[in-house]
Amino acid sequence: MTDITPGALSPEEERDRQQRLKYYSASQWTLIWWRFRRHRAAMIAAMVLGLMALLGIFAEFVAPYGVTTRDANYLAGAPQMPKFCDENGCSLRPFVHGVKTERDPVTLRAKQVPDPGTRVHVTFLARGEPVKVLGFIPTDRHLFGLEDPDARLHIWGTDELGRDVFSRTLYATRVSLSIGVIGVMISFVMALVIGGVAGYAGGLVDNVIQRVTEVIRVVPIIPLYMGLAAAMPKEWSTTQVYFAMTIILGLFGWPTLARRIRSQLLSIRGEDYVIAARLAGARPRRIIAQHMLPSFTSFIIVDLVISFPYMILSETALSFVGLGLRPPTVSWGVLLQQAQSVRVIEQTPWLFIPAAFVVVAVLAFTVIGDGLRDAADPYSETR
Amino acid sequence: MLRFTAERLVGMIVTMLLVSLMVFIIMELPPGDYADRYAFRKYSGTGVSVTASDIEAIRVELGLDKPMMLRYLDWIGGIVLRGDFGQAFAFETSVVKVIGDKVWLTLAILLSTLLVTYLVSIPIGILAAVRRGSAADYGLTVISYLGLALPNFLLALILLYFANKWFGADIGGLFSAEYADAPWSLGKAWDLVKHLWLPALVLAWSAVAYQIQTVRATMSDEINKLSVTAARARGVPETRLLLKYPARLAINPVVSTIGFDVNRIFSELPIVAVVLGLTELGELLLQAYLDLDMYVAGAILLLLTAVVVFMNFVSDILLAWLDPRIKLGA
Repeated sequence: MTDITPGALSPEEERDRQQRLKYYSASQWTLIWWRFRRHRAAMIAAMVLGLMALLGIFAEFVAPYGVTTRDANYLAGAPQMPKFCDENGCSLRPFVHGVKTERDPVTLRAKQVPDPGTRVHVTFLARGEPVKVLGFIPTDRHLFGLEDPDARLHIWGTDELGRDVFSRTLYATRVSLSIGVIGVMISFVMALVIGGVAGYAGGLVDNVIQRVTEVIRVVPIIPLYMGLAAAMPKEWSTTQVYFAMTIILGLFGWPTLARRIRSQLLSIRGEDYVIAARLAGARPRRIIAQHMLPSFTSFIIVDLVISFPYMILSETALSFVGLGLRPPTVSWGVLLQQAQSVRVIEQTPWLFIPAAFVVVAVLAFTVIGDGLRDAADPYSETR
Repeated sequence: MLRFTAERLVGMIVTMLLVSLMVFIIMELPPGDYADRYAFRKYSGTGVSVTASDIEAIRVELGLDKPMMLRYLDWIGGIVLRGDFGQAFAFETSVVKVIGDKVWLTLAILLSTLLVTYLVSIPIGILAAVRRGSAADYGLTVISYLGLALPNFLLALILLYFANKWFGADIGGLFSAEYADAPWSLGKAWDLVKHLWLPALVLAWSAVAYQIQTVRATMSDEINKLSVTAARARGVPETRLLLKYPARLAINPVVSTIGFDVNRIFSELPIVAVVLGLTELGELLLQAYLDLDMYVAGAILLLLTAVVVFMNFVSDILLAWLDPRIKLGA
């Protein structure tokens, strides 16, 4: 026989009751966050992505060298991994070997080889080029570097012009991620307006908008982007090209989301609370924003997260074939442009490293999107 | 069914007209017009000086001084009435000649890619649904994540790299060296077939990842239906049971996305073509964009979209035939 009077709960039952109370009184967003937190893969992906974003934001500080800084003594050089031991014994501080120039006995081409006789120690907060972190904090300290200011450390090697792959990849991370963010935002606003008008107005307006959406959806998207990118005048500055690219990517990214918003709006247009709002004299904008959108905001966010990879992949593909961003701006696509042929990958495989960033970023966005989708679905758990 | 087909046919034509308008706007976007580029190309390096009036003369001769709407009508009229897509200035011949048999190469790539996509994704998707939760199912999920994350052109580079490393062979291109410029023959066609598998595999990569998930999800839903249980209770053998009821329905979403798949394949084609050295429309399109040879670019964009629209139409008809509820608008 169990005691059902409220005052006589055992401690476990009391804790359980508290927990349930907390659960039932939590807001929708708190519930989504709780469910998302339990999705381990999505949490890891979010952390990876956060780390990537931090690396991009603080690229000036983390990267030992600039985007265009050339190291004439180390052209197309292999990655140098700091180590603690070599044949001359061990050291408590990590070091790399110095570099000396040798002539290839067969081709007589000068090439740089590590010189095991010399050691250059790695330090943190090393002095280097003066930069402005976040655009306004001047410093000449970098996260890591070599003690000897004349020696250079290239942990991911250099390209054929002697530019540091690691540094360039970090700067590219910032550009590629930011293009994705701005592009997604532009297409989000367009989807909201276009889908909102179509779904709320219905009828002829909806029909016309549906036709236009259909047209954009049937044209292969990258050839379409390529056409718009090809139209950018050659004399444009890199900043102009950057913003033009975000607009191009955003301009045609809206159809899927606009469709989703439209169909959701259409399906709840006839709900009692919407009619009540209309009868109370609310304007369409207010009805859409205040009464209709909140019922499916979580789905929109999921769609937004999932659309990131398409932006990033499109930008990468366009820059890869030379129709996107132009050097000296670097993005993952621009960097991979150097690794376009098998011959290059064979001789300098480290130029392919930015590809790993593309894959990891897209993977992270996809996993987070899946996690959010599960978390946003109120029926995903039975409690 | 006839009415349904007619409706879709009209819809297809309206869409194509709107698409052609959009393509024309893209063709007009780059600064300067065809006359400028034509004059520049024709006279650069020959030492002949070109005056503004020379360019104007070319412009009038080609009818480029007319207002945009009339130029559009000229262009689309030429395509519809005479099959004339305009002039390709970089090649100094008509666009039709430049495009020529690349259309057939592109279609060959498209069809082989679709074939690979469906032959791989449908059986594997069904299997994954039947063996739900097994190690194979789990492995497939991981692979399909990768299929979305690893872009086709990077996959192509990786494959080329390993082919070179392990076999020392260059597996790119559409033809072997001895057939590249040879006229069409049985030998050349066979050579093409031998080269098609790689582009087909690379282009099918992401579509396969996506379709496996679709088939698996639909199949998982269908497998738990009462009709399946009832059939099992009647003693229908398991394989026949699966093929007869759930598998038939699991194909529906695949059929309905044929147009979508074609769209994606064409979208990725130009980039993959650069890496694999495929001499087809995608590669030509990229070249045309880089040269600003906009009549060629416009023609290719229009043709690729036409194929997508047509495949959408085919998928609508197929779906109505597979699932009669659709044409009744239910």
